Amino acid sequence: MTDTNDTRPLMPLGLAQRGYTGVIQHLSAREAGSALSDIELESRLIELGFVEGARVEVLHEGLVGRDPIAVRVDSITIAVRRREAMAVIVA
Amino acid sequence: MELPLLHLALVGTPNSGKTSLFNALTGSRQKVANYPGVTVERKEGFFVTPLGRQVSVVDLPGTYSLRGRSPDEEITRDFVLGKASGEIVPDLVLCVADSTNLRLTIRLLLELKRTGRPMVLVLNMFDIAARRGITVDVERLAKELGLPVVTSIAVRKGGTADLLKLTDEISAKLAGEAEANSWRALSVSELRATQREADRIIADCVSLPARPDTWTARIDAVVLHPVGGLVVLTLILFVMFQAVFAWAQPAMDLLKSGFDALGELVQATLPDGLLQSFLQNGVISGVGSVIVFLPQIILIFLFILLLEDFGYMARAAFLMDRIMGGAGLHGRAFIPLLSSFACAIPGIMATRVIDNKRDRLTTILIAPLMTCSARIPVYTLIISAFIPAKDVWGFINLQGLVMFGLYAAGIASALVVSFLIKFFMLRDFAPAPFMLELPDYKMPRLKSIAIGIYTRAKMFLVRAGTTIFSMMVLIWFLASFPQPPAGATEPAIEFSLAAMIGKALEPLLAPVGFNWQIAVALIPGMAAREVAVAALGTVYAIEGGKEAAEQIGQVLATKWSLATALSMLAWYIFAPQCASTLAVIRRETGSWAWMAVTFTYMLVLAYAASLLTYNVAVALGAG
Repeated sequence: MTDTNDTRPLMPLGLAQRGYTGVIQHLSAREAGSALSDIELESRLIELGFVEGARVEVLHEGLVGRDPIAVRVDSITIAVRRREAMAVIVA
Repeated sequence: MELPLLHLALVGTPNSGKTSLFNALTGSRQKVANYPGVTVERKEGFFVTPLGRQVSVVDLPGTYSLRGRSPDEEITRDFVLGKASGEIVPDLVLCVADSTNLRLTIRLLLELKRTGRPMVLVLNMFDIAARRGITVDVERLAKELGLPVVTSIAVRKGGTADLLKLTDEISAKLAGEAEANSWRALSVSELRATQREADRIIADCVSLPARPDTWTARIDAVVLHPVGGLVVLTLILFVMFQAVFAWAQPAMDLLKSGFDALGELVQATLPDGLLQSFLQNGVISGVGSVIVFLPQIILIFLFILLLEDFGYMARAAFLMDRIMGGAGLHGRAFIPLLSSFACAIPGIMATRVIDNKRDRLTTILIAPLMTCSARIPVYTLIISAFIPAKDVWGFINLQGLVMFGLYAAGIASALVVSFLIKFFMLRDFAPAPFMLELPDYKMPRLKSIAIGIYTRAKMFLVRAGTTIFSMMVLIWFLASFPQPPAGATEPAIEFSLAAMIGKALEPLLAPVGFNWQIAVALIPGMAAREVAVAALGTVYAIEGGKEAAEQIGQVLATKWSLATALSMLAWYIFAPQCASTLAVIRRETGSWAWMAVTFTYMLVLAYAASLLTYNVAVALGAG
């Protein structure tokens, strides 16, 4: 897993397709354009397990605009809209 | 010597099995109330430990942190810190964790520890964890965390024995030696550090299996499929409504004949006169007409609780998020709106799960437009009296079609109102995020569900026994007094107060085709919509004798025109008059203004819809 991190480009989780797997590199709430303040969004993401090094997999997508997405974060599944997932930078 | 009551508090993340543990500990010895000043449900239960210690336990709202970003989470924080007004500081905090999913709970626990309260970690659902091959080094975990750790299986008999034993041991040692509170809101970097610490402890003490929960993945492959998932959701809703309307019928018929028999018994034993009329027309037929809905209420809550315990509700919110987003609604609004089909009151209370104020307000405002079960008797009565039970296109029952149309009209108007609110009133708010844990599926446990249904059925019956009963007494009084003068030939009700009120309102309601009897019935309908049926029954019973009360549908068919009946149906799609709903809206929004807005907009819509329906029907020759 870890050796791919150097070669794979960074991307926001919000752009990931169904079936994508990767590792969280960092959080960047400013880029998300969420209704929440940067600090609030970052805090909530951490509280739901989106921390650096966590393994993520996009399991499901909604019907309209492929949104929201269901993401496996290590051992749990979190539903999140793509807008907020833009704050999670993965590779 | 009698030991003082020991106060426990249950804290945990959502989906940690906190409520099933609460149910396992306390059984039906529960009190449901509200925290003062806020609308968060306060659940307290009682039990006795093996050594005979009396214990009170409070089930606090689920939370991921102590930051307090919603009223629920603020209550949890203040309660643990002993800052909640009118609450006793808990002697012991039980932090409940889903053993299959410790990550988020351990982080919460590390934060909770800073409050200095005596604390125990309860590893709940330990059996499921074992079955999945998750092994937890309980002793090591206790050492790392510096507090007692106990395992429990809330859903199994005796599964809480260790916890009870530990409670006794700890309560013997408790002597107010609580440490000082060093908790303060965590910064983002502290939050991150706590999660890292939690992950380190988990890595040291827990061995995760090679095989994840394959069942959840398999079910989700179907249930969360973009198209298949919506088909499944539709099927579930269809079965649910079938159940509520068809399966509840035998039980409802049984209750109804029971009340009828009781009424006949009263009539046979008591002499004619005021007492007989009061008991038969006021009490038995009035309260009975409401209690017959008990089977439907039980069934709808059975479905809601089953789906919630199974873990499906969060999936439904996931599927509906964008679809409802088009009308300016949040995915989480799906559950409250679904509950509103049973009754808007639990629905409006369930909007607490929506933490964005705008989304919550929109959901509250439109929840009463979902066709609640209290409208069913009104619809059923009028439909069976006026709509012929014939088939259209060979296979669709016309009565059923009208019923479906009324539901669809309610939903459609809710979407339109929501869209208008978004567009005109609250448009400066950015859309709220949708972030929700999708828990692993779990087999719902009958005991826990039975307790949930029992508490809700009790609430309904208490309401029927108090509010509705007193309204029925009032309507009987208004319809019976003053008594007609001796030798009067007109029906007695013509002389009553009810007729005076009804006739005073008649000019206002005449344009929509309502007569004074309907005006009278709409007033007690303020207590609960379904009372309108009973009130019509009472009004026509006192007017036409007991045959009229038994055959209320047939009486209506002779007294009302089809246009009036259709107008009444249109009115009831909106039906602003439900005092309990309005009271809940005032409480939940904390504002008389929003209550007034709801009442006014629904009244305007009801009047407009009835006016349109009546005039179109008359123009088409149904007057």
